[in-house]
Amino acid sequence: MNDQTLVDIVKDLTSISGISGHESAAVERAATYFGKYCDKMKLDRFGNLVAMKKADRVDENRIIIALVAHIDEIGALVTSVEKGGFLRFTPVGGIDPRVLPGQAVVVHGKDNYDGVIGATAPHLLTDQESKKTVPIEKLFIDTGYSFDFVNAHIKVGDPVSLGRKTCYMEEGHMITGKALDNRAGVASLILCAAELGGLHHQADVCFIASLQEEVGLRGAITAAYGLNPDLAVAVDVTHGDVAGVDEKYTFKPGQGPVIAVGPNFHPVLSEELQHIAGEYNLSRQLEAIPGNSHTDAWAIQVSREGTPTGLVSIPLRYMHSTVEMVAVSDLISTGRLLAWLISGMNSSFIGRLKGC
Amino acid sequence: MLEQLSNLDGISGREDSVRSYLLECLKEAPLETSVDTMGNLLVRKGKTVQKPLMISAHMDEVGLMITSIDKKGMLNFNPVGGIDSRVLPGTRVRFGDACKPGVIGVKPIHLQKAEEQEKPFDPETLYIDGGFSSEAEACRHAKVGDYAAFDIDCISFGADCYRGKAFDDRAGCLILLKLLLEDNGLNFSAAFTVQEEVGTRGAIIAANHLKPRFALVVETTAAADTPDNENKQAGTVLGDGPAISIMDRTLMVSRRMREGLVALAEKRALPYHYRRFTGAGTEGGAIALSGEGVQTAVVSVPCRYIHSPNSVISRRDIDNTMSLVRAWLEKHQ
Repeated sequence: MNDQTLVDIVKDLTSISGISGHESAAVERAATYFGKYCDKMKLDRFGNLVAMKKADRVDENRIIIALVAHIDEIGALVTSVEKGGFLRFTPVGGIDPRVLPGQAVVVHGKDNYDGVIGATAPHLLTDQESKKTVPIEKLFIDTGYSFDFVNAHIKVGDPVSLGRKTCYMEEGHMITGKALDNRAGVASLILCAAELGGLHHQADVCFIASLQEEVGLRGAITAAYGLNPDLAVAVDVTHGDVAGVDEKYTFKPGQGPVIAVGPNFHPVLSEELQHIAGEYNLSRQLEAIPGNSHTDAWAIQVSREGTPTGLVSIPLRYMHSTVEMVAVSDLISTGRLLAWLISGMNSSFIGRLKGC
Repeated sequence: MLEQLSNLDGISGREDSVRSYLLECLKEAPLETSVDTMGNLLVRKGKTVQKPLMISAHMDEVGLMITSIDKKGMLNFNPVGGIDSRVLPGTRVRFGDACKPGVIGVKPIHLQKAEEQEKPFDPETLYIDGGFSSEAEACRHAKVGDYAAFDIDCISFGADCYRGKAFDDRAGCLILLKLLLEDNGLNFSAAFTVQEEVGTRGAIIAANHLKPRFALVVETTAAADTPDNENKQAGTVLGDGPAISIMDRTLMVSRRMREGLVALAEKRALPYHYRRFTGAGTEGGAIALSGEGVQTAVVSVPCRYIHSPNSVISRRDIDNTMSLVRAWLEKHQ
């Protein structure tokens, strides 16, 4: 898969709205890509997409590997329709109210309606007012329709997604847009599936696009239970460098996938990921997470009787805004790292995981 | 046409693309056009008359200017014109002559302490990230003095509206342009001015050049018909037609002209309302004080979320404002 194809996939995946609990359209779109490389696809009862690519050689025991990337994105739900047709909303997932005024949104009512989160004109503001944050409950959405129209077509509970077209930044080979957390991860899995077409592997691989990660890793809980894999790697995003945050807490886009170590991850698996990256001369970064990783890995690790779990993250700047930014090269490296992991996987490695 | 005008980037001091677009639209028409030293586009329609009429609209919009490039290749900026810096975090801009994409990102919510959210981001700490990996790379694609405009495409919106940037005052430009191009037999001069947002600079010299007897400024103004704004000393209302000014920070509107406009609107059954908000300036002030004084009035198209990346304006309001301006020109022939 060339870079341009990957960029186009990311653009396409991020053009579909899929806030937590309302991911079906995004899942459907992701399935069209996984379908090209996988042998079997299904939705589990919760709605997670499970796309399987079968082993092309048979090991003595069947091995199942799960690669998990959440497909949901942050957004909001309508909480009331007010005089004038203005909508109030409540966030789904963590959103800083300070990145919302003046932003475009799409309200998913009977149809999709463009909206904007209102921002009072500076001409009408007092000095006092402009020094305060407008809290989420005071923000509102304007759709440009009358109260009667809005009331007939949009109701409490309807999802709202952020509106921003993804854009490629040529000079730095970066991508910016909304929902790159974690469509970037999903795109890496698609690239991994494509790469595996040219590699031999003795494990059955299941690519899982999981739901509701942003509201508590919920899809991963049922997906991991249903599949019961021998090992799993969650693929998500981690914080890119940003002014005002010490560099020791962030990672540099363009410098490779971030391999996580810590109690949430099987040490042999974390070690193996680093080893493979070294062997293939792949630039990578290391993130020490002393407890909860706040990723699907946290749920998967304690699924059933325990699942050896790893985490590979893509550095992403400005998380949970509409100007998230990732480096194309990191998406490619992430997909390749996973493909190499899978192609080298065998029963004896799985055995080593059990000894721990 | 409003879509096209809105999508052009013309921040104060760099209105070139708007002026070129207008000149292109006007080039076939039997009009006299000229461009002055600051970049105002002045257009005369019809014959010279004893009491010349001037209508004006400004071409420029608010935006950002790159002021320095830091060691990491991030672009520091200052606002050009009045922008509430609280609308900047999480916006995308296009900067420089090549309209390169850049974003204004902020520290993510996950890395903040809860109390940080109570205060807006300090505008001094905001920067544009163009995705450059170093200062040297950034310097190849951006330079100090480059402008950055909101990277927003205008769309049809709601029942009868548009959503986009720079309606202030491309809506006014559109009205002037249409009045110049239509076959109405009217005699007047139109000034498409520069640098209104940084102190109504262009209008000063435009008025000195045209020496009008009466002037009507066609503006876009803040609508305050949104939740929690009820107690404001009421701005204007989207959909209620042209807003006729009483006074603003720069101008006491000629009472005779204001009453004349109201009478015209009523006679022609056009919706109108008053801009009861009296703050903020317009180029009416500059025009009124030009020469030995010019009787000046201001009509505006209401616009919600003005000076933000996504403002909202009503198609009908634009049409009705144009009708009122046309009626005014007809009356003074």
